Amino acid sequence: MTGGGHPWKEPGLGALRPDLAVIAAHVAAGARVLDVGCGDGALMAALRDTRQVDARGLELDATDVAAAVARGLSVIQGDADIDLAGYPDDSFDYAILSQTLQTTQRPDRVLDQLLRIGRRAFVSFPNFAHWRVRLSLLWGGRMPVTRLLPMAWYETPNIHHVTVDDFRAYVAERGLSVEGAWFLNRGRPTSAAAANFRAEHAVFLLRRTATPPIAPSSDGAA
Amino acid sequence: MPDDTRFGLARHVRLPGPLALDGGASLAAIDVGYETYGTLNADRSNAILVCHALTGDQHAASNHPRTGKPGWWQRMIGPGKPVDPARHCVICINVLGSCMGSTGPASIDPATGAAYAMRFPVITVRDMVRAQALLLDHLGIPRLRAVIGGSMGGMQALSWAATFPERVAAAVVIASTARHSAQNIAFHEVGRQAVMADPRWAGGDYYDGDAPTAGLAVARMAAHITYLSEAGLTHKFGRRLQAREAKSFGFDADFQVESYLRHQGITFVDRFDANSYLYITRAMDYFDLAEEHGGRLADAFRRSATRFCLVSFDTDWLYPTRESRAIVQALNAAGAPVSFVELASPFGHDSFLLDVPEMNRVIDGFLRAGE
Repeated sequence: MTGGGHPWKEPGLGALRPDLAVIAAHVAAGARVLDVGCGDGALMAALRDTRQVDARGLELDATDVAAAVARGLSVIQGDADIDLAGYPDDSFDYAILSQTLQTTQRPDRVLDQLLRIGRRAFVSFPNFAHWRVRLSLLWGGRMPVTRLLPMAWYETPNIHHVTVDDFRAYVAERGLSVEGAWFLNRGRPTSAAAANFRAEHAVFLLRRTATPPIAPSSDGAA
Repeated sequence: MPDDTRFGLARHVRLPGPLALDGGASLAAIDVGYETYGTLNADRSNAILVCHALTGDQHAASNHPRTGKPGWWQRMIGPGKPVDPARHCVICINVLGSCMGSTGPASIDPATGAAYAMRFPVITVRDMVRAQALLLDHLGIPRLRAVIGGSMGGMQALSWAATFPERVAAAVVIASTARHSAQNIAFHEVGRQAVMADPRWAGGDYYDGDAPTAGLAVARMAAHITYLSEAGLTHKFGRRLQAREAKSFGFDADFQVESYLRHQGITFVDRFDANSYLYITRAMDYFDLAEEHGGRLADAFRRSATRFCLVSFDTDWLYPTRESRAIVQALNAAGAPVSFVELASPFGHDSFLLDVPEMNRVIDGFLRAGE
C-alpha cells in the first residue's frame, strides 16, 4: 500500500469493495471517469456522490446496466473487448478497469484502449500468484478455487489469469508509467515488496508516458 | 392552470404559420390535436413530451375516441409509472401528417377548399418536431424535462435533441434508429404499394367515396409482422387452426395467425387514413439524422447538453440493437451523457408498448436522476 490514509475508512466509501475504495480514494475530484465493467455502478455512484465526478460506465450484463441506470448513472451495455473502440482519444481523465482485465479476450488490447481513451487508467485484478493459489496448485494439483477466484475452471469468467509480477513486467515492457500501486490482502494493505506472494488483489494506476504524477499522495512504489 | 383550456384531454388548436417544411413547401397554418396529463409547475420545468409511433396518436393514456380502447402507453404513463402525471406535465401530440386532429392529407387545403390528399406536401420527422415545437410555444413551455418515444417516437426524440438541443434536458429513445435501412424502406414500400393498388385509392382522392380499406389492411398486415418476433408468433399461434378441426383446402383463414393478421388489418382501417399512412411512412423512410448533419451522426449532437437513454430489445429485428448502438457510439463521440441497455423480451419491436418491467425500471431511474 502506498499513498494517503485508509480509503476504506473514508466516509461514503466504506461500503465499496476494497479495491474500489482504493480507486475511489485516488480519483481527483471533478474528474471525468469511464468505469469499464462497472457492474451495478457502486463505484460510479460513490465517485459521483463523494468526489463530484462525471462518471460514465460500460457493462456487459443487462441486469447490472438496468440497476446502474435506475440509480441515475450513465451506463452503456457493451463489451470491453469490442466497444471501447468507439470512444474518442483522451475523452476521460481516468479509465477504470476493476476485476475485469482477467475476463477479457485480449487484455493487452483492452489496456491499450484504456490508455487511449483515458489519460490515466486504474486497473485492479486478483493476483494469481497469491500464496493460497500457489498452495492449491502445488499441493492439490487442482486449479485454485479461492475467495477471490470462487468458480471452477470450467465456469469461471476469468480466462486470462495474471500475477502481480506478470503485470509489472507487462507495463515495463510497454513503457507505461506506474503512478501508483496498492496491494490488498483480505481487504487490508500489504507491502509492495512481497506483493506477488502476499497480495490477493492489486490496483495499479497507469499512465501512457512518463510525466510527473498528478496525485502527490500516490508515490508510485511499484 | 385548472381553468386553462390549453391543457387537458382531447385538445385541439389551430396555430398560425407559416411552417416551413424540409421539402421546400410551407403550411400557412396548422391544426394540432394533442392532450396533456398532469399540471405544469410554476417554473414550467416538469413537462415531458411523449412522441407516438407511425399509427399512434395523442391518446397515450386516455381511452381512444374511436375504438374505446385504453391509451397505447398506459404501461408507461400513469400514477406510479415512470411518466407520472402526479409530478410531470405530460404532453402527447398527434404528429403532422396524421389523421387524429393534426394537419395531414385528409385536412382541407385552404387554397382549394377540398382535402389535400396527395397535394399535401411530403413531410419529414423534423417537420413533425418543428410543429410540436410550435405547440409547446403555444403552451408556454420553453424547455422539456424529457422527450420520450418508441419506434418513430424515438426518431422524434432524437430529432428534438438535434434540432432544439436547448429545449430538451433528456431524451429517451426506445426501439428506434437514426436512419431507415434499405429493409425498413422496403417493407414500407410494400405497404404503400398495397394502398395504391387498391382501386378505391383513386390517386388519393377518395375522401368523397369509399376509402381504400382493402389496400390499407394489407399494408397493416405486412407491417404488423415486422413488429413481432418469429418466436413470438410461433409461441402465440404456431400452426394452430382457427376455430376448425381440419384444414379447409381453401383460402379461408385456416390458421390462427392468418385470422389474427386479418383482424389487425380490418380494425386498423377504421381508425386510420390511408393517405396519412403513405405520408408518415415516407417521412420515416426519409429519416437519416446523420445526413442532416453532414453525414456524421455525432455532429447531430455536438451542441447538445441533453442526457440520453436508449433501450433496444433483443428480439426486435425491425430496428435491431445495432441501430441503437450506432446512436450510442455517436453520442459517446460527441461526449453526451448516454445510457443504453438491450433488454430481453419475447415481443419483438412491439416490446416498447408491452409489459417489460425492466424497461420501466430503467426509464424511471433515468427520469428521476434529472429531477
